[in-house]
Amino acid sequence: MSLLAVEDLRAGYGDTVILHGVDIEVEAGELAVIVGPNGAGKSTLIKAIFGVVSTQGGRVRFGGDDTTGASPERLVARGMAYVPQERNVFPTLTVAENLEMGAFTTRGPLAPLLDAQYALFPELERRRRQLVGEMSGGQRQMVALARALMTKPKLLLLDEPTAGLSPKVMAQVFGYIRAINQAGIGVLMVEQNARLALQIADRGYVLAAGRNRFSGTGADLLANRQMAEAFLGG
Amino acid sequence: MELINLYLIPGVVLGCIYALGAIGLSLIYGVLRFGHFAHGDVMTFGAYVTLSAVALLGVSPLAALPISILVTALLAVIIDRLFYRPFRDSPTIVVVIASFGVALMLRSLVEIIWGADDQSYETGIRRPITLFDTLVIAPRHIAIVLAAVLLVVVLHIFLTRTRLGKAMRAVSDQPHLARICGIDLDTVSLWTWVFGAGLAAAAGLFLAIDTELNPNMGWNLLLPLFAAAILGGIGKPYGAIAGGLVIGLAEELSSFPLFSERPLVPPDYKTGVAFAIMVVMLLWRPQGLFRGRVYG
Ligand SMILES: Nc1ncnc2c1ncn2[C@@H]1O[C@H](COP(=O)(O)OP(=O)(O)OP(=O)(O)O)[C@@H](O)[C@H]1O
Ligand SMILES: [Mg+2]
Repeated sequence: MSLLAVEDLRAGYGDTVILHGVDIEVEAGELAVIVGPNGAGKSTLIKAIFGVVSTQGGRVRFGGDDTTGASPERLVARGMAYVPQERNVFPTLTVAENLEMGAFTTRGPLAPLLDAQYALFPELERRRRQLVGEMSGGQRQMVALARALMTKPKLLLLDEPTAGLSPKVMAQVFGYIRAINQAGIGVLMVEQNARLALQIADRGYVLAAGRNRFSGTGADLLANRQMAEAFLGG
Repeated sequence: MELINLYLIPGVVLGCIYALGAIGLSLIYGVLRFGHFAHGDVMTFGAYVTLSAVALLGVSPLAALPISILVTALLAVIIDRLFYRPFRDSPTIVVVIASFGVALMLRSLVEIIWGADDQSYETGIRRPITLFDTLVIAPRHIAIVLAAVLLVVVLHIFLTRTRLGKAMRAVSDQPHLARICGIDLDTVSLWTWVFGAGLAAAAGLFLAIDTELNPNMGWNLLLPLFAAAILGGIGKPYGAIAGGLVIGLAEELSSFPLFSERPLVPPDYKTGVAFAIMVVMLLWRPQGLFRGRVYG
């Protein structure tokens, strides 16, 4: 049974329909990647899974339960975490405060959770009193990831975690995401850098105009001529 | 010396009063995203609650401050439930107009309960203290400044050391992300009203100690309060403290007779100074004087 199963999901904003029936599956501990052109509905899909965009039809199952239309709080409590594409940190809060807000809904001591993130991102420990607004793009992305990990999720939803980063920092962030995934956390990630992302993906989906276009293992998609011509620039 | 005794010290005192009021405006704007036009009348209400507490309990106004803070905070929470929360998903202008209505209601309430005449706390006149032969300070001024500093320290500890205080800053920083983190807006807004109204009650009390009680006292302060909040960058409580002090000092110092026997700006136009500063700020730096590091 898969960790996340999205079946025929329809969603949008008000009367506008953006997703016209999308299917996605992520097994426990897998790294799945969604690629597709601008405006394809990738962010909308992630938001609908996380309950911040209301669904108009179809089903979302998470950990075996039907979670269609569940609130973010409930999903977080069940082990889902989400890093939005934009505005994914609190710039006027310090690093430690950002992480603490990540664990806002969890009871119990904070220190072990903080220590776990600092073990993964030693740089954040050194900067824990720094305001996130003063940090570089790559460092902010680290804070955003660490903040989401504070609830010990089983599945991490990432929306374009490398947007606007230099190639060097991008590779670094991909490194972190692999490390998180290798620690057993399932990842569902939207990425613009399709080739790089599919290289590290167990499973890939191509979304266009609110519909599934291609799906398969990362290697399959990279090898697919039609797919490469249409979405990877030949 | 005249500059210090007659202009600088009153300027600092007035600045403290503005700062306490402007902090509330800024907190409310940050969390709930609207300009609270009833804030001056919340101050007035707090000052009058103290009047009753002093009469009933026979304590000094400053000793009655905690009571006034509690009662005023409770009133603000009730007002929020009745008049603001129903409009949370409406356009901002609706809540702003609701707050105008609340301002009028509060003022009438004060007039009904306590009357429309000027009143003052029965404190007995205490002679000013003279320091170093030349520095003359009224004891009430020392008390106001010390109490204001104490309240700001309490607020600072709340905002930087408590889970709820940090959540309040988080909501005002990135409301969407705060929601994703599961931060409950209702709880945060409740505490925003408690702190905003509590500090307004203190500001009203200090103003009444310094001058006298009048049903219009708070309403008349609305302009300098907004000027102070905007100067500090609206939504940033620490900026509001600096903004309040600057506006208070500017208003008092502007009537100093610098070049001749006559005041630089006639005292009647004091509020004009605050207004001028506000307009210049809005044109020149609408984000306020400070960027980034506003949360120490
Ligand atoms: N809040 C909103 N209200 C109305 N329409 C929206 C909203 N957000 C996005 N849309 C529309 O939904 C469509 C899909 O947007 P979405 O952000 O999901 O695309 P995307 O695949 O993530 O694109 P990108 O690669 O640019 O991030 C777009 O046409 C967009 O204009
Ligand atoms: Mg997107």
